Amino acid sequence: MEYVLIIISAIFVNNIVLAQFLGICPFMGVSNKISTSAGMGGAVVFVMTIATVFTYLIMHYILIPLQIEFLQTITYILVIAALVQMVEIILKKVSPAMYQALGVFLPLITTNCTILGVAILVIQKGYSLAESVVFAVATALGFALAMVVFAGIREQMELVNIPKAMRGVPVALITAGLLAMAFMGFAGIV
Amino acid sequence: MNHLTNFTKGLMKENPVFVLVLGMCPTLATTTSALNGLSMGLATTFVLMLSNVAISLVAGLIPDKVRIPAYIVVIASFVTIVDMLMAAYVNSPGPGGEPSLYDQLGIFIPLIVVNCIVLGRAESFAAKNRVFPSLLDGAGIGLGFSFALTLLGAIREILGSGSVFGLQLLPKSMNILVFVLAPGAFIALGYLIVMVNKLKK
Repeated sequence: MEYVLIIISAIFVNNIVLAQFLGICPFMGVSNKISTSAGMGGAVVFVMTIATVFTYLIMHYILIPLQIEFLQTITYILVIAALVQMVEIILKKVSPAMYQALGVFLPLITTNCTILGVAILVIQKGYSLAESVVFAVATALGFALAMVVFAGIREQMELVNIPKAMRGVPVALITAGLLAMAFMGFAGIV
Repeated sequence: MNHLTNFTKGLMKENPVFVLVLGMCPTLATTTSALNGLSMGLATTFVLMLSNVAISLVAGLIPDKVRIPAYIVVIASFVTIVDMLMAAYVNSPGPGGEPSLYDQLGIFIPLIVVNCIVLGRAESFAAKNRVFPSLLDGAGIGLGFSFALTLLGAIREILGSGSVFGLQLLPKSMNILVFVLAPGAFIALGYLIVMVNKLKK
């Protein structure tokens, strides 16, 4: 039951993009087509799960025993950057088809603040390893959901005549605002 | 003259938020009030200035292939310093029991590391210029960022809770709650950029 609550809360109620404002850059940047945003979502699910497991283990088995928790930010960002590189290399060898689908998004993920954000959040919330993994997967799915829904709206928006000053970023922001309002409807179910 | 343009270009012409549209996460998340926006802006400015100086000093020593990880380590070190300073000095709860500034900015302080503005300036300016221009560039871009965050914070605060910097200007009955919540951030910033686009012409 606890896990179900974590999942629903992470996907809908506290959606990482629309309620917590993490990962706005890819949300705005690569959401022009449904297919690319689904690819980005998939890559984030993949990397976020692995990164959260690694950073969790590093925190609890290296940083805390040595009492150097203040190195959290530096360690995490390096681990994530190295991990993304490693995932890229392994994926290229093991599953070229998957590399084709996710490859272009992997370098972008290093600067995606959702990965570092979730790695820090699970420590702040005091989750166990299993809870952290569930939280990471659910958060990433919430990210993918927001990306795909937003891309769907933006694809339709290309057909509309928008005032010149509002084209591009402004209208995307306002659309995201309306989407965030829709997601607020989930507040209170958990 | 040249030094002056290094400093002033970040304020309006190359404003990181309104013109370059970088660093969106902290812009949207920490602007629930003018004070929060200003604090976040100044914390980022501090990191930007110091990392620009450090990177312009060591850029010649770093092999090209490992420069990005090296820059990130430099930036992360300064972010850790800011995080520890804020935890030490702005961590007391407010008089009404509201959470401290450090708690309100929360996770977005360590996340300055992945703010694309900081790495962007390191890569595009500090690595190619001398120390003093890099310092001015960091200060200018940082203050432009702070200005944008304070403006957005003030707009959201006055619409959402009727006050600016905690000073009550409008009665509570005129508050539009949505502006302090998540959707209001997107909508307010959207219209702010529309206005900047209109003014630019």
